[in-house]
Amino acid sequence: MSHLSSPREEFENVLPPLANVPLERELPLGQRLWQQGWIRKGLILILLAVLWEAIARYQNNDLLLPSFVQTAQALYGGLASGELLGKVWISLVVLVKGYLIGIVLAFALTTLAVSTQLGRDLLSTLTSMFNPLPAIALLPLALLWFGLGQNSLIFVLVHSVLWALALNTYAGFLGVSETLRMAGRNYGLKGMRFVLFILIPAALPSILAGLKIGWAFAWRTLIAAELVFGATSGKGGLGWYIFQNRNELYTDKVFAGLAVVILIGLLVENLVFDSLERVTVKRWGMQR
Amino acid sequence: MNAPLPGHTVSNPNATAQALLSVDNVSLEYRTPQRVVRATHQVSFEIDPADRFVLLGPSGCGKSTLLKAAAGFIQPVEGEIRLQGQRVDAPGPDRIVVFQEFDQLPPWKTVKQNVMFPLLASKTLKRKEAEARALHYLEKVGLAAFADAYPHTLSGGMKARVAIARALAMQPKILLMDEPFAALDALTRRKMQEELLLLWEEVRFTLLFVTHSIEEALVVGNRILLLSPHPGRVRAEVHSHQYDLHSLGGAGFQESARRIHRLLFDEGPSEQTERELDFTDIRIAY
Repeated sequence: MSHLSSPREEFENVLPPLANVPLERELPLGQRLWQQGWIRKGLILILLAVLWEAIARYQNNDLLLPSFVQTAQALYGGLASGELLGKVWISLVVLVKGYLIGIVLAFALTTLAVSTQLGRDLLSTLTSMFNPLPAIALLPLALLWFGLGQNSLIFVLVHSVLWALALNTYAGFLGVSETLRMAGRNYGLKGMRFVLFILIPAALPSILAGLKIGWAFAWRTLIAAELVFGATSGKGGLGWYIFQNRNELYTDKVFAGLAVVILIGLLVENLVFDSLERVTVKRWGMQR
Repeated sequence: MNAPLPGHTVSNPNATAQALLSVDNVSLEYRTPQRVVRATHQVSFEIDPADRFVLLGPSGCGKSTLLKAAAGFIQPVEGEIRLQGQRVDAPGPDRIVVFQEFDQLPPWKTVKQNVMFPLLASKTLKRKEAEARALHYLEKVGLAAFADAYPHTLSGGMKARVAIARALAMQPKILLMDEPFAALDALTRRKMQEELLLLWEEVRFTLLFVTHSIEEALVVGNRILLLSPHPGRVRAEVHSHQYDLHSLGGAGFQESARRIHRLLFDEGPSEQTERELDFTDIRIAY
């Protein structure tokens, strides 16, 4: 720091109010459109469809690889006749039953785990044993125990949802900050009310992630089980539709069935779970 | 019954009423994976109604641990803590804590819902009355316009104010504050100290305030308990009712600050005449 040269001059600015300078600007239309997730993802889907059509035309073998247009026609036919929609409905009803039972059991197990030492040990032992076990491997056992009815499907579905959801929920509960827990206890919250009002909302990002994983496992387990399992009382689900059409070598209908599986997965992920996230964890600033 | 402590509060010199919070010979320990560590050793003090009682000391003197014990989160291994004669053995809504961290406000509730939360959770009031009281205290801290905002949109000072409004709305018997302004920038901190004192003038709540800043202790408190570290023991109790935010830099203020510094760090009186500590510049920890 040299004191030989004189320091720079002080100054003060008089700041008039900024009248004509816009302090906020809207993004141009192109950028705003590009911000919409569904537009970008839609473009990706269109690209994939074009690629598929090109490959199918090059293959030129209807049996092995129907083109996008043929699949779309089979899909339209199935929807129009009501056959596809009926089978989708049957699948979804079973799925929702199994999913809800799985959620209830997962919360019961996790609540036990946060309140007692034994519950904690039970949760970690059970999840490490059963999480790696694929639900479809339990299907023959379920058929033995519950027969050829819906119950064996529900049993298998509950197994596929329960362990992943319990693990995620428990990890979420463990991650709740000490300060929030102390605040809850400070206001006299104990036991079940403490879990409901403090732990569950605070762990909601993890719980939602667990729900998404549980849904994905449940959906794929259900389709696989229906492929193996067949029809109960003459009405099969979507998996059975795919299996039947494969037997009869209607490959375009097989592809149509697969497309419906994918579409439902996309719909639930983007419509249901995204909206759920938007009104909860994103609105609260708990997740980007 | 304890003998009355020296330096009783000026606000009730003829105190025949029982002390609001009495901490009697309390020793606190906490567990690490390897050992059990003694945080405080036989600490005793009493807080009277409408006191602004400050626990002051360097890191490791157990002041936050004492506050948590007063709130009921930790059980003393020795001695007992009594609130209006009743033993404190569990956390409860009559001793509301304002924490230091910003995440003490549940992010899934709006500001108004946050202030209503203790009232509803402890089943003190019904929803309508809780809402009216919440809005009343939000106005007192100047955040009535943000009643429907979510905490993640607020600045640090605003979050601290919401936490204070939440604590006051419960109208607890004693307000416990654990270094609530330590994470704020210096300008906001000044403002918050001023607002806290103005609120106290109006509401006259009883306050137990923990800090590591000598200046903050002298400004905010009317009685300061000095704790020495490892383990925390009572070193002294000091008056500070004569100081407020306007006393900063005054001669008496500086003298008290030097005296506290000496008491806490045990420098002999002969060394003190050499060094002129000017407390507008030096801080122990900020």
